[in-house]
Amino acid sequence: MPNHVLESSPNAALNKSIIGKFMDLPIPEGKCQAMYIWIDGTGENVRAKTRTVDFIPTSVKELPVWNYDGSSTYQAEGGNSDTYLHPVAMYNDPFRRGNNKLVLCETYKYNKKPTESNHRHSCAKTMEAAKKWKPWFGIEQEYTLLDFDLRPLGWPKNGFPGPQGPYYCGVGANKVYARDIVEAHYRACLYAGINISGTNAEVMPAQWEYQVGPCEGIDIGDQLWMSRFLLHRVAEEFGVVATLDPKPMPGDWNGAGAHTNFSTELMREENGIIEIEKAIDKLSRNHLRHIQAYDPKGGKDNERRLTGKHETSSIHDFSAGVANRGASIRIPRGVAEEKQGYLEDRRPSSNCDPYSVCEALVRTCILDE
Amino acid sequence: MFSGILRKSGQKLLGQLQQKTRTTFATSSKLRAGYALEWSTNAKFNKLVLDKYMCLPTPDCKCQVKYIWIDGTGENLRGKTRTLDFVPSCYEEVPKWSYDGSSCFQAHGEDTDIFLIPVAMYKDPFRRGNNKLVLCETYDKDLQPTSTNHRAACADAVRKICKHEPQFGLEQEYQLMDADHRPLGWPAMRGEPEVTGLCYCGVGSNNVVGRDIVEAHYRACLYAGLDIAGSNAEVTYGQWEFQIGVSDGIKGPDDLWMGRFILNRMAEEFGVWISYHPKLFPNWNGAGCHTNFSTKEMRDDGGLKVIEECICKLSKRHKEHMKRYDPKCGEYNKLRLTGLHETSSMDVFTHAVGNRSSSVRIHRETVAKKKGYFEDRRPSSNCDPYAVCDAIVRTCYLDEC
Repeated sequence: MPNHVLESSPNAALNKSIIGKFMDLPIPEGKCQAMYIWIDGTGENVRAKTRTVDFIPTSVKELPVWNYDGSSTYQAEGGNSDTYLHPVAMYNDPFRRGNNKLVLCETYKYNKKPTESNHRHSCAKTMEAAKKWKPWFGIEQEYTLLDFDLRPLGWPKNGFPGPQGPYYCGVGANKVYARDIVEAHYRACLYAGINISGTNAEVMPAQWEYQVGPCEGIDIGDQLWMSRFLLHRVAEEFGVVATLDPKPMPGDWNGAGAHTNFSTELMREENGIIEIEKAIDKLSRNHLRHIQAYDPKGGKDNERRLTGKHETSSIHDFSAGVANRGASIRIPRGVAEEKQGYLEDRRPSSNCDPYSVCEALVRTCILDE
Repeated sequence: MFSGILRKSGQKLLGQLQQKTRTTFATSSKLRAGYALEWSTNAKFNKLVLDKYMCLPTPDCKCQVKYIWIDGTGENLRGKTRTLDFVPSCYEEVPKWSYDGSSCFQAHGEDTDIFLIPVAMYKDPFRRGNNKLVLCETYDKDLQPTSTNHRAACADAVRKICKHEPQFGLEQEYQLMDADHRPLGWPAMRGEPEVTGLCYCGVGSNNVVGRDIVEAHYRACLYAGLDIAGSNAEVTYGQWEFQIGVSDGIKGPDDLWMGRFILNRMAEEFGVWISYHPKLFPNWNGAGCHTNFSTKEMRDDGGLKVIEECICKLSKRHKEHMKRYDPKCGEYNKLRLTGLHETSSMDVFTHAVGNRSSSVRIHRETVAKKKGYFEDRRPSSNCDPYAVCDAIVRTCYLDEC
């Protein structure tokens, strides 16, 4: 029986050869389309809307504050719904190209306080306080592609694919699905100005990963959120859904994480392994606090994923080890041998807020808070 | 012997029944899936074929001018093209024309010619080159505006207050529709999508549908010369909005009608059509055409006082405005303005700061700076912006409506 992929997906049904004709229409001189992008009240989803700007911005500071209807994004009541967008980072727009921009924004309530899901506000202050330690981050973003009926893409509609084993970094139409989306996303990120460092197929079929970094300080959060926007937007072009759910398929299937690699200047220098071990010691004494910061539901999402199986540690216990993918913290073998480098915190879920994750790491390991 | 024959014929019947069931199952699962564009004729066309012809050069001095007008329904646009032997540089150079009004609900009997008077000109994003789109007013044989030509009165009102430098911003909401008259991307069999609250300004296939049409429309409008200010996905799945403004005087409503034409024409390319119906489904957000208005005095320091005076005048003419804010004297808006889904009530005029459930909303920034503009949230998505802008100007500045 044929596998009816994208059968019910309306975006996949649209003829993609039409839009090309219109996207090469020239725009009046001096105008550009700026797409303002923000995190909504769920803390997991991104929203976006566009405005025409009568100049070509050269820096994000030139772009005006805007507002939107917070009552439609779980961020305000209808009777008092204006929520503000403050531009904080600007990237090239790979969909509209030319002078057009993607603008990442922080969200503020009518009383000028950050919204509840605006974790960037406090993360930025923390990063400022820790800047002399030059904290670097690299995040490995895992995600799963779903068909329009929300079943993993390419999986049989009334069954399951063969067990995990052949899919990780696989090649071949029987091992990996929708590489086009991955390739398009990679190129779009590079064009936009994101420091995307790599990509690979993951252990579960229809699961992929890309990595962003190394980035210093607040930049990691900005770049990771923008790369997520690009992922959802590219998948939308194909009529496919990208999910950052940390355990999309229960049972003997891998979940998805956002392993966060972290280092300070001291860790990167000779004998930095001592600093790494000090940091791990501090982390071991703050396990619960970190778990609460490592997914948007205070740990509830990670409960489904951090089982101790499928290359995860248990949510209940803190552990660390060299080359150990079943530990909370893994020290890569190369780092152990060279006695300098970084540590990998494997606990954050794929739908974590990187601002919350990185703020927690800096507060615990650097600022001793 | 007979039992053998019965067995064989029974098996044949069973085989036939199984065959029929398979076919039925395949057909009904197709219906359940709700395949997008399955019934759309335009979507079946190979779009590459036209490209070969559209790159044929045309004689330098010739240009195709498409005349566009509002028909007798007051909601729908019509268009026809003529070749001109020169390239017009402004709308004044484009000649008057005429058409069959009896095929547009605008004339009957033996006297059917209606005149087309060009009033605004734009570049044509579909034909490109020197070709033009020309917006027209419609006049009858006595050179009187037809009953759905509200532009004539609007232009007159705007002219009378031109020293106040009136400006408009218009927010057009609309729904993408499939050929089977279901919203694009909605399930078949009268199903509805799941209510997730993730569609407004959403990203991702499960949150928004048809972005290609929106992007192509935006680019086409910029090219054509409209004051297109922005776009976003709306609260209902498959619902979108574009904004025109901030435009000086009559250019606002002109650009809105031309924006609607370009949108309808763009959707046609994709095999999709646009509904401007203000309330397609009772449990989902409706669609409006929120109209933002200001004058020089409102934009200057202390302008908030002028805004409040205007709102007071509007409050005294609520019923008159409601008759002009949709093409059926309020019957459309009765379906939409329920007090729920970010609307005000049909019967009671309200105004507030930052409140999306009021008739008129003042933005927080306007209050903070004590100057700016106000937003009238009452007009329906299928309103005539000329009628709306005319009503606002006359009530606020000319003490008539």
